[in-house]
Order: sequence, then structure tokens, then C-alpha cells
Amino acid sequence: MSAPVKYSIQTRDLNLWYGDFQALKNVTVDIRHGLITSLIGPSGCGKTTLLRCFNRVNERYGYVTTKGEIRLLGKNIYDPDVSLIELRRAVGMVFQRPNPLPISVYENVVFGLRIHTPRRQLGRGVLDAAVEKALTEVGLWTDLKDRLKQRATELQLEQQQKLCIARLLPLKPDIILMDEPCSALDVEGTRAIEELMFELKGRYTIVIVTHNMAQARRASDECIFMLLGELIERRRTEDLFLNPGDSRTAEYIEGRYG
Amino acid sequence: MTEIPPMPAAGNVAAPVPRAPGRPRWAVVGERLLEWIIRLCGISAILFVLGIFYFVFAKAAPILLDKEFSLTEFLFSTKWYPTSEINVRYGTLALTVGTLAVTLLAMLIAVPFGLGAAIFVSEFCGPRLKETLKIVIELLAAIPSVVWGFIGLSVMKTVIEKTTGAPVGVNVLNGGIILALMSVPIIVSISEDALKAVPDSYREAGIALGATRWQLVYKVLLPAAKTGLLAAVLLGVGRAIGETMAVLMATGHAVNVPTSVLDPVRTLTATIAAELGEAPEGSNHYRVLFLIGVLLFTITFVINLAADLVIRGIRRK
Repeated sequence: MSAPVKYSIQTRDLNLWYGDFQALKNVTVDIRHGLITSLIGPSGCGKTTLLRCFNRVNERYGYVTTKGEIRLLGKNIYDPDVSLIELRRAVGMVFQRPNPLPISVYENVVFGLRIHTPRRQLGRGVLDAAVEKALTEVGLWTDLKDRLKQRATELQLEQQQKLCIARLLPLKPDIILMDEPCSALDVEGTRAIEELMFELKGRYTIVIVTHNMAQARRASDECIFMLLGELIERRRTEDLFLNPGDSRTAEYIEGRYG
Repeated sequence: MTEIPPMPAAGNVAAPVPRAPGRPRWAVVGERLLEWIIRLCGISAILFVLGIFYFVFAKAAPILLDKEFSLTEFLFSTKWYPTSEINVRYGTLALTVGTLAVTLLAMLIAVPFGLGAAIFVSEFCGPRLKETLKIVIELLAAIPSVVWGFIGLSVMKTVIEKTTGAPVGVNVLNGGIILALMSVPIIVSISEDALKAVPDSYREAGIALGATRWQLVYKVLLPAAKTGLLAAVLLGVGRAIGETMAVLMATGHAVNVPTSVLDPVRTLTATIAAELGEAPEGSNHYRVLFLIGVLLFTITFVINLAADLVIRGIRRK
């Protein structure tokens, strides 16, 4: 009866080396469209590395070798005709430490538009509308509408992280990658970002790396457990926590290691 | 007299000064002493600047009281006849203009070139090439100025005469190019440091939003590093204004307000260097040369102050 499950990201036999060190081993996984998927596992298990493969931002270091296939919305992103610029427009990323650029709030939000759109299509009206829409979506508009000229690096950390999400939205990405987006935030900030993730769910596929198991449990629909560069299992979050399919997952969840 | 052996926790009971248990007295005194030496090192910079200014100004001061000397003439006249028997004139305008002309030309060449090189070294080239380039650039900075002057006087002079048809190859153009080459290493290394100091998270932010390398440079890195880059340029300017030997050899040493880059000029620094040895100590000529020193001092001070204010202005924004 139900419609066929749609996947946003599919990897096939993905291997990745940093120099001689193999960080990902034959990772084959499907990530469902429009849901929030957590990547969990102990430090050094390759979850951040996997996340950074999805927009190929890993490759800025010259010593990275990747083999295998990643299909985003059906297209292999390692095909030679793939434009990195277009890929990164479609796949936004939020980092561990909020990293707004040292320019105004306004310019941060329109930064993506400015670099992807020819200048004559960007009238004042278009930009203003984009800023209001994006900031409203992340719940910053009321707080910041009178402070758009302020330097973004002077905001509170929570606002900075929301702004980092807001600046992705004008580009209408399909996928948003989040690399421990709450690790620099306090409880309130974490809650705010999680609520924002729920707001964005459905329209965007969200993949989040987290160290915080409670967060994975609270905030995600599906979980992927990784260990030493290998993918152990992917399941619905409830299933993974209540009834893990692998003994290593069970032990990790119980806190035996990690 | 026996030496007190190093004592455990309780220490020397009779010690007049309270001290940390278990620490010998020489360590405490030594630390104090070291602290004072370091403090002295820190303050010495101020003492040296004041001392030098006092010394130069004291040598120049008597001329300001001389009835025949006019400060207006000194600053705004182009007539520099310091050794004339019948018509002594101490006007330094031509020299000031000469210094500024050569510096300006040098900066027009060195700033784009230096910033470009810094951006390449910091953002575009591979690690091995980067190391090589940095070493070579440092080597360039280590070439003595008299060698640069020699290159100006021999190689550049011929090249300029052949390519431009100028009657004299030692002129503003020659001096400007030589000075540019001398300031480029400073501009490159300071700008490179400034770019390197831009947090990597800004680069990641730009890259993850799909910026091209060039967009990353001019939309993210240059704005983020602008104070450091400005400092680099100003250090370059300081180097160019203060340089003596190379410009003495490369600019033609003719007192002249230049009307084109192919005119020979003379700079303030070169005048002092060339004439001080021949001016009798205590004579008016001798004192005027020291006054030129004060003028140079003032010019660099004003430039540094302006730079400081600009940087503060940028920071406040």
C-alpha cells in the first residue's frame, strides 16, 4: 500500500583514506528523504568523515582518497561532470562551532545568493525578502530585524548557529548536514536547534552527527551506528535503542565503551 | 660557615622573608631579578625612541633660533643650496616630493604584487612550493640595500634607458622599482601571516556554501584579514620611506621636483647620507641636515598614527 521509500543519499562500498589511514570501510547505506538521520558512534569511528563526504568538503585536504559511490537524489557525486559548486548549493552544512562570517547578519544570509546568482538578478527587494524569509524560518527575525547591520560574530552562540542554518535556506538545499551542531551550545540553545530541526524536517533531508545519544534518541527518525570506520547498522531510532540488531550497538548504547 | 642543605617542606626556620616552602632563596631572588630585567627590556623601546628623538632634535634646535633661517622656506621652498657662498638656501620641498614620489611609485608596484603573492602562497599553492617560496622571499628580504642600489645603478639603469629612451636611467622609475622589490618581501610575509591567521572555519563556511576559490579569497579572506593586510602595506611604506642607500644610488641624486617618472630626484634620506660627512659640525648646514632627520621622523610618525587610527576605525565597525 505505502508509497515506495525514497532515499536522498545512497552510498555504495564507500572507502576513504587519509593518507594511509583508512577512515571508512565499505560503507553502504541509504538515508531516507525528508527525515532526520543521526550518525552515532564513538570518537574516531568515521561519522564526521562520512558526513563530510556528502558535500565533498573532505577533499580540500590533498591527502584524501575516496573510492566507491555516493548517490545524492540519484546522481553519483563522484562523476566527473558533477560541479562541486552546484553540489554544495544543494547540500548545506552546519558546523560544530558556529562559524558565521565576520560580516553583517544580513550579508551572512545573502552570502550564498551572492555567490550563486548573477548580480543583476539580485535587486535590493530580492535580497531583503530572502533575508526576512530565512531569518523567520529559523526564528531569528523578531530578535534581529533591527540589528541586520550588526556583525554576525557578535551574536550569542545560539543565534550564531541559527544564523548558520538560516544562510543555507535561500539556496533551497535538498539536504542539510549538521556536524554536532549543538556541542558548543547550552541546554536552551540545544533545545532551540532541535526544535528548529523538527520545523525543517520534511522539506529538507537532515543528517546530523552527534556524540550525544540522548539527542540522537530525541531528535532523529533514523539512526546509523558506526564503529572503526564501518557501518554497523541503520534502523529506526526507536528500534535501534530498544532492540539493537548487533551486540556492538547494544554495548555502545549501554555505555560499555565509547 | 656551612652551606644550608636543601630542606624539605618546613624550610629554614630563621628565614627573614616568608617564602614558599621547599624553594631555595636563590630561586626566589632570581625570579624577581628576571622579572625586572624583562620589565626593563619592555620599557627600553620607549627610552630609545625618546632618546633618539632628543638627540636628533638637540642637534637641530639651534638652527630654529637663527634669525636668517626660515621654517617656511625649509618646508616649502624647492631651493636647496646648502653650500652656496652667496645665496645659501635650505628648502627641502623638492627632497620631500622626491621621497614621496619614489615611495608612491614603489607602493603602486609593491602592494598589488605583494598581496597577490601572499594570496598565492597562502591559499593556492601546494605545501612544497609554499615552503620554497617562503624561503626565497625571506632570502629576498636579506639582500643588503647597497646591493639593490648596485642593481639599480647598473642593470636597471641600462634597461630603463633602452626601453624608455630616457636620457638618464637613474630616476624615479628606477628608484621606485628597486624600492618596490625591497618592500615586497615584507608585504608578502606580513600579509601571509594575516591570511594564515584567518580561522579555518571561515574557509570551511565559504567552501561549504559553494564558493569558488576566488570568491573565497575576495569575499571571505580579504575582509577577514584586512587589518593585518593594512599593517603589511604600512610596514612596506615605512621601509620605502626610510630606505637610504638604494635610493641614493638609483634615483640620480638631482634636487628636482619630478614632472614624470623618468625625472631624476633626490630623497630626504639620501641627502642626509650624502652631505652629513662634508658639513662641518655645528654649522648651519649640519644643523639643517639634522632638522631633515626630524622631518623624516615626523613623516613616519604621522603615517604610523594614521594607520593606527584607520585600523581602530576598522575594528570598531
